[in-house]
Order: sequence, then C-alpha cells, then structure tokens
Amino acid sequence: MTGIVALYIFMLAAFTGYEVISRVPVILHTPLMSGSNFVHGIVLVGAMVALGEATTPLQQIIGFIGVFLGAGNAAGGYVVTERMLEMFKSSKKPAAGGK
Amino acid sequence: MNTPQIVALLIQASYFAAAVLLIMGIKRMSSPVTARSGIQWAGVGVLVAVVVTFFYHEHAAANTPLLIENAALIFVAIALSTVLAWYSGKRVAMTSMPQMVALYNGMGGGSAAAIGASALIGFAGVAEASKFVAAPSHISLSIVALAVIGALIGAVSFTGSLIAFMKLQGWMDKTFRFTGQQAVNGLCFLAAAAAGAYIVYALQIEHHVNVMYIVAFFGLALLFGILMTLPIGGADMPVVISLFNAFTGLAVGFEGFVQQNVALIIAGTVVGAAGTLLTRLMAKAMNRSISNVLFSNFGSGGGAAAEISGSMKPIEPDDAASLLYLAEKIIIVPGYGMAVAQAQHKIWELSQNLIKRDKEVKFAIHPVAGRMPGHMNVLLAEAGVPYDLIADMDDINPEFPNCDVAIVIGANDVVNPVAKTDKSSPIYGMPILDVAKAKQVIVIKRGKGTGFAGIENALFYQDNCKMLYADGQEAANKLIAGLKAMDGGGGH
Repeated sequence: MTGIVALYIFMLAAFTGYEVISRVPVILHTPLMSGSNFVHGIVLVGAMVALGEATTPLQQIIGFIGVFLGAGNAAGGYVVTERMLEMFKSSKKPAAGGK
Repeated sequence: MNTPQIVALLIQASYFAAAVLLIMGIKRMSSPVTARSGIQWAGVGVLVAVVVTFFYHEHAAANTPLLIENAALIFVAIALSTVLAWYSGKRVAMTSMPQMVALYNGMGGGSAAAIGASALIGFAGVAEASKFVAAPSHISLSIVALAVIGALIGAVSFTGSLIAFMKLQGWMDKTFRFTGQQAVNGLCFLAAAAAGAYIVYALQIEHHVNVMYIVAFFGLALLFGILMTLPIGGADMPVVISLFNAFTGLAVGFEGFVQQNVALIIAGTVVGAAGTLLTRLMAKAMNRSISNVLFSNFGSGGGAAAEISGSMKPIEPDDAASLLYLAEKIIIVPGYGMAVAQAQHKIWELSQNLIKRDKEVKFAIHPVAGRMPGHMNVLLAEAGVPYDLIADMDDINPEFPNCDVAIVIGANDVVNPVAKTDKSSPIYGMPILDVAKAKQVIVIKRGKGTGFAGIENALFYQDNCKMLYADGQEAANKLIAGLKAMDGGGGH
C-alpha cells in the first residue's frame, strides 16, 4: 500500500466517521462514545502482530504490554457498551408502568 | 494457488469483513432501535479479526523464529486482560461508566503506543543492518513518521485517560495547577515532538538511532499526557474523555498504516473523526472551544463576579411535598449529583407517584449534565424512565414559564441564570435550562457548596426557589412519604 492510497483511505474513513455520528440523538452520545471506544479496541489485532513478530526480549515485553492493554480496551469496551445499551431495550415498554 | 496464498487471502478477506462489521456496528449504534445489535456486530468484527490474526503468524512463520513463544505470550496477555476487563466492566456501577470508558480508552492508546514502540525498535535494527551493506533503508519516510506520530498521540491518550480515570474515580484531587504550568506543558510537548522528529531524521538519514532517544521520546510523551490533564477540572471531563477517545482512534489508524493493516486504519480513523465531532458538539454545548477547555483556567478565576443579593431559603420535605401535591406540571432537572447519590430509581419512583396523581412530569436534560453527553439519559433509562418523558434543553426551555414546580436534583451550573445576566461570570454565554422562570423551584442538594465552575448560583437566591438540603435518595423518599400522607387526609 502506497502512502497516497492510504491517504485516500484516511480521507474516506474520516468522512464516514463524521457522517455516522452527525445524526445521533443526544441520548445515545454516551453509549456511542463507549461503542466507538470499543471499535478502536481492534488495536488488539495490531498489538498481536507486533508481539508475534517480536525478535528481541525488549520487543516481547513491549508487545506483551501492547496486547494486554489492547485486550483490555476491547473486552472492557464491549462489556460496558453492552450494559449501557441493554437498558435501552427495556425502556420501550414501561410507559404504563406507574404502579 | 498454494496453501499459504489461500491463507493470506482468507486473512485479508477477514480483515475486510471486520472493517465492514465495525462501520455497520457504529452506524447501528447511532439509532436507539438498532443500538444493541450495533455493539454485537462490532463485537463479531473484532472477534473475527483476532481469531484470524493467529493464522497470520503461521503464515509469516518463516521470519519469526520466536513464533511459539510469542504465540504463548499473546494467549496469556489476552486471557489475563480479558478476564480482568470483563470482570471489572460487569461489576462496576452504572454511575461509574464514564471513568471505565476513560480507563479502557487509555488502554487502547497505550496499546497503540506499544505498537509504535515495537515498530521503531524494529526499524532501528533494520537501519543499523542496512548501514553496513550500503543499501538504502527500505522503510519509507511516511511509515516512520506515522509510527512516531501515532505513538505520541497514543501515549498522551494513555496517561491522560488514566489521570481522567483517577480524577473521576476520586483517587486524585480535581485540579492541580501551578504558575507557569502552560509554559512547562508547552516545553514538554515541544521536547517530545523534537525527540520524535530526531528519531525520524536519524532513521531516514543517518540509518542509526540510539534506543535511548526512543525511550526519552516515550517518557516525554507519557509525561505530557499527565501534565496536560492535571489542570482540567470535573466539569470539563466529558470533553476531555471524548477528546482522548478521538486521540486513541487516530493513533490506532496511524499504527495501522505502519503495519499496513487496512482494518486498523479504517476503524481507527472512523473513531478519530467521529470522536472529534463528538468532542466539538460537547464543547459547543458548554459554549467553549476545545482549546478553551484544555488551556484556560476554568473555575479558578471568577473573582470579579457580581455579588448576589438575597438568601437561600430552606424548605422542609413535607412542605415541598405539598407544593408538588398542588402542582399540575412538574419538570425534573437531574445533574451529576443525582448520579453520585444513585438517586435515579428513587426519583423515578417519585415521578410515578406524581403521574399517578394526574400530574404532568417531564425530565429536562442539559447537554452536558453529568460527566458524559447523555450520561443522565443512560441513568434515567436504567431506572426505567420512558423516552417520551425526557426532553432536551431546546425543547423544554419554552415550557418552564408554564411549569408549576421545577425540581433540580444535583444540577448546579447548568441552571445558573448568571450565565445569561452577568458578563463577568466565567460561565457567561453557556446555554442553560431556564429553571429560574418556573413558578416554584425546589433544589435538592446536600449542602451549600458551589458547582464545578466554583461560582455562586443566583437561582438559589431567587424568591421562588427553596432549598431542600438532603441526599437525593433520602429527599425522594421523604417527598413520596409526604405525598402519601396527604392522600391519607392531609394530617401528620
């Protein structure tokens, strides 16, 4: 991949991110921030590659830290977002629940 | 096509599928109806990419002598971290969600920085080798530069998010300021940038870089993340967390380019762009620019603010209950104090008691109430409050003059009329909820302290405003009891 192709990808992805979030109701801002936090948890994949290709002990240590942190980002981000969104599921019915 | 080629193709296809799933996931998360499936789509995307990455190593086995050892390390790191994060994420209370997002986001930034560090050390080795064979280095300028920039952003996001986490968790004093702080921060950033630039120069031109420069670069970047977040106070935390979220996204995108992994580039950049927009929306809701949040001394000045006349008038829970009993239209304004008191369930119970008595009840949400945009909505949703009772600031503001009683629970700066009247006030110009225009106002508050902006609230001194000094849950309980007592014949 050349730099110029990457530049196009950066540009298109940036517009995508901008478009996707510009029509979000305020009630979803927190879950969405949490959800996008999970999405960059894909950094775990990069960290796995870095550790997998490590050839020195120093790179192994750094790679281990990277994988550990990346997995925390992905797992924690998922659980927290899922928990927040779970509450939105039940919030349709209780309009009559004034008992 | 032989087997390695097929594996390589499958890996690429999986990364592509992961990128599609992540974008679709974010897209679905932007609507309440599909939000839940959105996170699941994104989850499948990351899972697919992670599983497939194990095969990536088999594919690249030829030039990785430590393959088995590294694979074991990967497994241990993932297992350990997933268990810890999963457990903490499941256990934490709903009110602590903001700091958990900050924590996990910081981990992502740290991971991106680690990728950058590993890559730079690798480049240093390659550059060293190429010096002796007189062949030019094969590492392109753009890759080295983005490895450095991504690592810088990721490292800042790492320590910055951790400080934000500690502040929200209450492990650290809210603000930490000293004279000349801006200059120290600026110097620290410049030093980190200079070290980064030198690394790029050294790798490209001299084909040699001392590892100590890489260590110094990361030390300075990590230090800058701490310094930059220390002076930022509680009210600005949502903006800062959102900003670091965007930072991590960008760092992931840049390190994705270093590894030539399109899934990382796309997912990271999408989050970077979305996070930047979200940060701007939040800052705008507070009538402040992002640079203002980061570099101004919000809440420390304000000495010139005009004196407020009058006094705060306390009210007993039974009297407050009778105000509610006689009211027809009631608007409830929750703020961070409600989250701290975990009072959302009790407040909803109180509202249900009012609705049962044929009163119109609405919840008014200020865009920056709480610690993250939509924080109050999440808490109210948790308590079971239906959507149609919750109104945004612009929709509810015209209704305050017709409102018999407005109940303010744990909100302060976002209802302070000074933002409209006093030009010398630090919050002047911030859009507020027009609670001051309601016929009666009951403020549920634990003590007489000021909000995060550290300024007096003129609303509290108004003639139509009464202070109910109590913990949120306790106050709601007493109001419910008061209402019930009045049903039973009024006496007590």
